[in-house]
Amino acid sequence: MRLLTHNMLSCNIKGVSNGFPLRLEAEKWVEKEVELNADFLRGIFPKIEWKALAGAARAIGYDALPDEADASMLDSDDFLSHFHHALLELHVEEGTLVCPETGRRFPINKGIPNMLLHEDEV
Amino acid sequence: MKLKQLEGLLGSLQQFSNPKVELEQYPTGPHIASRLLYMAENTFGDINGKVVADFGCGCGTLGIASALLGAEHVIGIDVESQSLEIASKNAADLELDIDFIWCDIKNLGWRDQLVNTVVMNPPFGTRKKGSDMEFLSIALKVASGAVYSLHKTTTRDHIKRTALRDCNAKSAEVLCELRFDVPQLYKFHKKKEVDVAVDLWRFVL
Repeated sequence: MRLLTHNMLSCNIKGVSNGFPLRLEAEKWVEKEVELNADFLRGIFPKIEWKALAGAARAIGYDALPDEADASMLDSDDFLSHFHHALLELHVEEGTLVCPETGRRFPINKGIPNMLLHEDEV
Repeated sequence: MKLKQLEGLLGSLQQFSNPKVELEQYPTGPHIASRLLYMAENTFGDINGKVVADFGCGCGTLGIASALLGAEHVIGIDVESQSLEIASKNAADLELDIDFIWCDIKNLGWRDQLVNTVVMNPPFGTRKKGSDMEFLSIALKVASGAVYSLHKTTTRDHIKRTALRDCNAKSAEVLCELRFDVPQLYKFHKKKEVDVAVDLWRFVL
């Protein structure tokens, strides 16, 4: 699971009003290099919840992202490459996503988060 | 990538070894899948450089086709773990990075706007009434650009009405009518192979 996917997911248990962002507890992760696409990064930047991305990156030991970011930073090549690395090159293989409101834990195995809900949660 | 080449690669994917009838797990054939994605990319530019989600991805055919055509990020979602295992093996065999999520589409918590394009071959709603419309309404909510989907031709009017009136689609267009050959996967299939008339839809948000 890339952190771009993490940036989309929220906890959807019935009654939960603030299920985003899911706290990431990572046990195993890998890095896979992909070509940087600056247009893509500039286009998606306004839609990214920055704090969630920076927090998730930090959870896997990548702390090159600033706490806050604004669109003017996209002119910097350094910033773009860090953003690119965090968003698309880090893959969580094993770990857990934790609902910020209920503490419900969603395991990640072989890179696939299990977001299935129990019957009493829907 | 040429259409023939895409079709060939999709034809090499592993499919369901033990399909589940209640989930209407019919594989999306390489012929249909390659044409769907080829049109999405070459006619409409909805794949290359985009975030693409494959709803009810099964063994991953549509998501894999999207990745082959240059999608920046592909997410496949399915409720069934065996499918996801096959799908992720299929993706790995072609050295593609695709994210998979194990989830029931209707229970997925999902931030809007991040997905540009949804591609899907949803259940036709034959075994569980309404499941086709459930997939469609969620796809139209999640996608910010376009949704490509296959539905039985007999439901055409209903699909169009629902998409435009209830789901705020700007347009709903049948790109072509296809014959979906459903092979004899299940015991209740009496004939060896059944042709179902299926519409390939493009919805714009």
